Amino acid sequence: MSAARTQVLVAGRPGEGEALVLTAPISFWGGIEPASGRVADVRHPQHGLCVSGRVLFVPGTIGSSSASAVLLELVHRGIAPAALVLHEPDAILLLGLIVAREMDWETPVAVRMDRDGFAAFVGSRARVDADGVHAAST
Amino acid sequence: MLALSPEERAVASGETGEGTAVAMRIVAEAARLLSAPRLIPIASAHIDGALYHGDSGTLFAERLVAGGARVAVRATLNVGALDLTGCAQVRLAEPQRGMARRMMEAYRALGCETSWTCAPYQAGHRPAAGTDVAWGESNAVVFCNSVLGARTNRYGDFLDIACAITGLAPDHGLHRPENRRARLVFDVSALDPGFLATETAWPVLGSLYGRLAGEAVGVVAGVPAHPGEDALKAFGAAAASSGAVGLFHIAGVTPEAPDLATALGGEEPETTIRVTPAMAAEARRRLSTAERPDRIDAVAIGSPHLSAAEFAALERLLGGRRLAVPLYACTGRHVVAELDRDGRRKALEAQGVTIVADTCVVVTPIMRDLPAGVLMTNSGKFAHYAPGNTGYAVLYGSLADCVESAVAGRPVFAEHGA
Repeated sequence: MSAARTQVLVAGRPGEGEALVLTAPISFWGGIEPASGRVADVRHPQHGLCVSGRVLFVPGTIGSSSASAVLLELVHRGIAPAALVLHEPDAILLLGLIVAREMDWETPVAVRMDRDGFAAFVGSRARVDADGVHAAST
Repeated sequence: MLALSPEERAVASGETGEGTAVAMRIVAEAARLLSAPRLIPIASAHIDGALYHGDSGTLFAERLVAGGARVAVRATLNVGALDLTGCAQVRLAEPQRGMARRMMEAYRALGCETSWTCAPYQAGHRPAAGTDVAWGESNAVVFCNSVLGARTNRYGDFLDIACAITGLAPDHGLHRPENRRARLVFDVSALDPGFLATETAWPVLGSLYGRLAGEAVGVVAGVPAHPGEDALKAFGAAAASSGAVGLFHIAGVTPEAPDLATALGGEEPETTIRVTPAMAAEARRRLSTAERPDRIDAVAIGSPHLSAAEFAALERLLGGRRLAVPLYACTGRHVVAELDRDGRRKALEAQGVTIVADTCVVVTPIMRDLPAGVLMTNSGKFAHYAPGNTGYAVLYGSLADCVESAVAGRPVFAEHGA
């Protein structure tokens, strides 16, 4: 399978892992536990799943301007997603990666991809690099 | 495409020190992600980044300090995780407590004012109408834009302090006059003017407005008289909790809305919402999550932080009586200093009021852990965040209802039930 069309939002380490495709927008602050990477928002469809080490597909973001602080904390604790695939470039969320790079902490790559393409990755492994999002063999 | 000036590039490459270089690169990267064409100078900042969410934020602030960074413009601080005045006991354990304290100290070392309040606009920080500023904290952002007429986007953690250090912000969003025009009308003329004159009307309507407007800029029409600054504060805070509201107008009240047509920029609205009494009643019901409780365990007021006028109202309603359950009154040290001058804090504490300064009960553990606890509040913002952040169910009421209930230890409503 060829790579889905993407654009690099924030450069970082290429990542591979099981795809976690969120099916609703998420607020990182209050929505994801910074100490564990679990989806804590009880109203979110992926409540209880863990974003750590996964290729995280995010259809949209809502809520607090402290999203960047949560993403920075996940990176610092070594429990960030393996890569981030966003439908829209969310400057507030991505600031967490930009600050992590300034701290010389290794950050996962973040790319933009139309959410219409997300469903193809449900239940499979994915690899994300500067060239795009690829289906990876298990 | 973002174009940086030669001076900005020099700062980013470290010519003026590593701390300012980090800040400049963060502002420039944010501008690139926002597709802003340039950076613009700002007159002041309000920093929401000093609330402890984990060690990473403390390490970042200390990195800026070590790099010799200082704020280039006036920068007030939003709440931290500790009450440094000693008014209230915060139950944050070590090592988090020490890291939270180090974070607050680092922001002070960067030259920020130790205001520690989410209502900086009532603590002497009021930028002039039309000036560009970089403010964080959703209620402060919406008040700054809407009531003061200064121009800010919703600046989040890290970008707020980076803007304050560089004195610059991405030219984007609500900094641009064409994005400040109302496209939505929120018409309250069908509501009883008597209701609009009550304290609870504003947080209730704000909560409804935020849910319906989302990110859109709107104008409230049909408000017969200026409701007062504390009412606008409550409206904005509730709207910014239930939606992503950064700017609202009120025709005949707020500075960019001398009348409805001006607020709309002379164009037709894209959406008109006619608020009915039933919609207002439903919005009020939605602020409560506790179902017909027969007792309350605590009352919390002061989100946003209480003004001096709101403390005067609290004292009047209390009338010297003792409370049956704790009442947490959250405020800034600017108000505590005023209360201390004539012994009013001691008098309130003797009646059972716990004054909380520099922080508040939904961002740090102050209230006791009570899995089935019921918290009463008059704040739309507390009503929104308390269930998730404290585990308490919420019962919404006016300040008078909150005081009567705190005296009785059970819900007491003057007019109708919750």
